[in-house]
Amino acid sequence: MSQITNILVCGVGGQGVMTATEILAEAAISLGFDVKKTEVAGMSQRGGVVTSQLRFGKEIRSPQIGPGEADLLVAFESAEALRWSHMLKPGGVALVNTGCIVPPVVNLGLFPYPEDPVDKMRALGLTVHAFDATSIALGLGNIRLGNTVMLGASSDLLPFPAGVLRDAVLARFGARKPQLVEANREAFEAGRKAVAGEAVAA
Amino acid sequence: MPVSQTLPAPARLFLSGNDAVARAVWEAGTRVAAAYPGTPSTEIVEVLSRYLDLYTEWSINEKVALEVALGASMVGARAFCAMKHVGLNVASDALMTMTVTGTEGGLVIAVADDVGMSSSQNEQDSRYWGRFAHVPVLEPSDSQEAYSMTLAAFELSERFRVPVILRLTTRICHVKGLVQTGSRIEVEPAGFVKDPRHWVMVPGNAKPRLPKMLERDAALRAETEVSPLNEVIEGSDRRIGFVTSGAAFMHVRDAFPDAPVFKLGLSCPAPIERLRAFAASVDALLVVEETEPLIETELKAAGIACHGKDVLPRLHELVPDVLKPAVARLQGEVVEPPEHVAAQQVFPRPPTMCVACPHLGVYYTLSQMRNIIISGDIGCYTLGAGHPWNALDTCISMGASMGTALGMDKGRGAADANKKIVAVIGDSTFMHMGMQGLLDITWNRGNVTVLLLDNRAVGMTGGQDNPGTGRDIHGEERSRVDFAQLCEALGVRRERIHVVDPYQLPVLFKTIREETKIEEPSVIITNRPCVLIDDYKPTQPYMVQEDRCTGCGNCVEVGCPAIHVTRRDKVVKASGKEVDLSFVRIETSACTGCGLCVQPCAPEAIQHAAPVQTLQFIRK
Ligand code: SF4
Ligand code: SF4
Repeated sequence: MSQITNILVCGVGGQGVMTATEILAEAAISLGFDVKKTEVAGMSQRGGVVTSQLRFGKEIRSPQIGPGEADLLVAFESAEALRWSHMLKPGGVALVNTGCIVPPVVNLGLFPYPEDPVDKMRALGLTVHAFDATSIALGLGNIRLGNTVMLGASSDLLPFPAGVLRDAVLARFGARKPQLVEANREAFEAGRKAVAGEAVAA
Repeated sequence: MPVSQTLPAPARLFLSGNDAVARAVWEAGTRVAAAYPGTPSTEIVEVLSRYLDLYTEWSINEKVALEVALGASMVGARAFCAMKHVGLNVASDALMTMTVTGTEGGLVIAVADDVGMSSSQNEQDSRYWGRFAHVPVLEPSDSQEAYSMTLAAFELSERFRVPVILRLTTRICHVKGLVQTGSRIEVEPAGFVKDPRHWVMVPGNAKPRLPKMLERDAALRAETEVSPLNEVIEGSDRRIGFVTSGAAFMHVRDAFPDAPVFKLGLSCPAPIERLRAFAASVDALLVVEETEPLIETELKAAGIACHGKDVLPRLHELVPDVLKPAVARLQGEVVEPPEHVAAQQVFPRPPTMCVACPHLGVYYTLSQMRNIIISGDIGCYTLGAGHPWNALDTCISMGASMGTALGMDKGRGAADANKKIVAVIGDSTFMHMGMQGLLDITWNRGNVTVLLLDNRAVGMTGGQDNPGTGRDIHGEERSRVDFAQLCEALGVRRERIHVVDPYQLPVLFKTIREETKIEEPSVIITNRPCVLIDDYKPTQPYMVQEDRCTGCGNCVEVGCPAIHVTRRDKVVKASGKEVDLSFVRIETSACTGCGLCVQPCAPEAIQHAAPVQTLQFIRK
């Protein structure tokens, strides 16, 4: 990865995109990087598109990532992954939750939901790690763990050791609810394993 | 639920621009801070409310917030208020006079422009207010500067006895960066000095103050020429020099790291002579400003040649990938945009109302009515304009639903003679600016049915309290407005005021239909809380019994995001008419059991489901 690392996290309002980016930022800060984080989230709590951008390196000026500038795309929803594909730089990597959130316009039959967004992304020549983080989180008994599952999955795609991110996740959730630490540790590892497995299968 | 005070000691903290402003306001020894919530400014006073050694409040609108701050300044206290760009339009009446009186205790007004329009009805450049109101404008370009310029703004305000505008934009407010912070200083207010010539702005007192204002302008012009808030960042490539401020400064530095840059921190009044010298030191000058060509025009008026909006877009953010090609064109070069795959076409995903939102029933009902004009307002319920309801015909500004509806009623011709006119407004918006409009409706006997959607929160900005919730900014119990009584006091006859449960669709439908028939002002108040606040209590969720579902799609029309179409079909009726069918499923883990979708389902296919364990995690 280049001297500055650009990460774009995308999803749907309410999925925890911003919290995840915040935790990634905390990990980068703990390593002494200059960090900037911003989001595009008009009325974000209400099921709209959410993207959150994270840049870290020696010195960060503009907080914004342009098309073709992201090293890593972390997508919490598969149609959103496709929507933001053009932000990836050549050789960049996308991490995609294959879970779908169908919006009202699709429900009403006004627009189709893209058929197999992950396949489409691969056909565009992108490197995609795809897995069903939502199901893993539900399997662990808490859909809100999806956040941590995604972070675990991204942890081996970052320019720093996975343990740094794990510590940031546990610090964040442990501070709020100590009883959630174990569940988050499990979710983090489940995410890591899922991507490792997916990489082998691909 | 008062929040305890646990403030981090001076350190390097990762703060948003809004957090940074709040921290600096607190450190500056400010005693009073007021705001009406508005994206992207909301968090400033929200964060300040946790700092218990100053008074904070949610005011009912921005004008009142500014007046509260001015009162504090009059007694010598440092005071602060925050608003979004459109809020300053509301507050401008007070601003235009306090610029004549001047201030005592430092008074800083943070105004957040929504450049790029993430959630506003317009994109407007508040830097104009600085010129219009004769007040200085400071423009931070990241969190660290948001912090340091807030402190500088208080000093400037006290030195020149003038309110200072701290102009923020979305990319300052909502960008997080590292900030070196300090500790709070205590500033003891000097006390109020009775002096009508200073504070009572009748013509006889105001007139002698106008020349003082012009003297102050001259002093500020001298200040801006020497102020360290304005600075030149040298660069080795002198083919082009940039004049810029705010978030655009960071974009310029990112895109052109070797170019000289004149960074405007105190941008109003503009340091024209320093800019003239800078212009002479570079081959060409480009003004990069969000959003209006304001400095550009001032430079040209001063006879300084420059480029600006001739090569740059007039609207939205000036990010590096917008700047690079524009500058290349100016220099006669071609730059290739960075290589990337083409943008993919995916369905639009606009924000939508929440699962079980109490507004769902209202808009579903309105969408079922014919011959109706719906005058809308600013808030979550503006989303009624979207699918599937398409039940909003206008939306202008806070409280405008009232006057607009009255105007439609009075101005209508034969074409609209039989239409029913409905105005929809939320509780907080009603108190912000709607009450006056309703008074105008009753006084002038407008034939308007007002739907007052009381969801006991400022829903759009995250559920802040207001006089209708009976709680203050700290969650402490306060007097609570009775909307029915308030509307009666505003002239609506008691018989024409109804309080209805928005989850009871037949009652809602009947009430709206009857009230729109009666030719006098009426108000229908809904009484369910926003699903995102603590007052909302979810109950047992529902599920669809597949063998009973006929695919009529009625429940989909309600618009609840928990209802998903699983299969579509077409059938040809005996009459030869083709009918689209939508078979559905309810996302049980998201459903809160409001029961709205149950009501339009004729075959009673929607039945209670077993409560699911995940429910509690989906809602906060
Ligand atoms: S009962 Fe129907 S409308 Fe209410 S939350 Fe459940 S699915 Fe949505
Ligand atoms: S309203 Fe009832 S019958 Fe019609 S689609 Fe919905 S669940 Fe099926």
